[in-house]
Amino acid sequence: MNAAAAFFYLFAGVTVASAFMVVASRNPVHSVLFLILAFVNAAGLFLLMGAEFLAMILVVVYVGAVAVLFLFVVMMLDVDFAQLRQGFLNYLPLGALLAIVFFIELALVLTTRFVDPKAFKAAAPAAPKPDMLVTNTEALGRVLYTDYVFFFQVSGLVLLVAMIGAIVLTLRHKAGVKRQDIAEQVARTKATAMEVKKVPSRQGV
Amino acid sequence: MEIGLSHYLTVAAMLFTLGVFGIFVNRKNVIVILMSVELILLAVNVNLVAFSTSAGDLVGQIFALLILTVAAAEAAIGLAILVVFYRNRGSIAVEDINVMKG
Repeated sequence: MNAAAAFFYLFAGVTVASAFMVVASRNPVHSVLFLILAFVNAAGLFLLMGAEFLAMILVVVYVGAVAVLFLFVVMMLDVDFAQLRQGFLNYLPLGALLAIVFFIELALVLTTRFVDPKAFKAAAPAAPKPDMLVTNTEALGRVLYTDYVFFFQVSGLVLLVAMIGAIVLTLRHKAGVKRQDIAEQVARTKATAMEVKKVPSRQGV
Repeated sequence: MEIGLSHYLTVAAMLFTLGVFGIFVNRKNVIVILMSVELILLAVNVNLVAFSTSAGDLVGQIFALLILTVAAAEAAIGLAILVVFYRNRGSIAVEDINVMKG
């Protein structure tokens, strides 16, 4: 067994085991940490496949952003997770049955192949071969910024909408907190801002 | 034994199955359901990249990139909804999410 196969089995085994621990773990914080482990090992699988850019993006986006977001939410919400876990064993037979059916179907898809994957090779943008002196990132950029620039911009729009949506959903104005109101400040005139008092002498205001 | 396309597809199938299993088993916990959805999307990404490299077609990796974007957006929106829901109801149990039931 060569090194690539050994690393494949290492990454694949840890990915699948930690994915199982995500769904089976008792504590949601452990679930998030196992999710991070699964993502890191999936990035290793991507590296073995030769998709270096996606592997790094997986580490940065999933581990650095999404999983940490999950971690924040799990730790921020004061929820009785033990109570949420009630009925785990009730759902286990149905879940296991469905999982087995799903896996058998997917295995059937894998073992019976109707289309030779080599048939797709025609008219496709070539992935970089090791002798072509073009890295995976550069080849991906050449395709993404030319043929697929529309999808690239639409995905930016999706992220913008998600960002604005998350802010709008979670922003709240507390009562009793003084805030700057720029329109009110600009609308001030001399008449509203100043009050002239006529003070009678020797009596005070 | 050479590591080929079918090895990666098997890993992706296992991840997908575990994600579906997680949704069914953790029926009360929305956070774990969201994490299971992330696992399913990861399985799809592994599939796309495996086919992309085996067929020598870079477009599969571009699809994977777009799926990554959508998954990040989905996690952000889902968790924001969860935080708002927790503020209003004080619970995140799935059976309490029935405000819109007539």
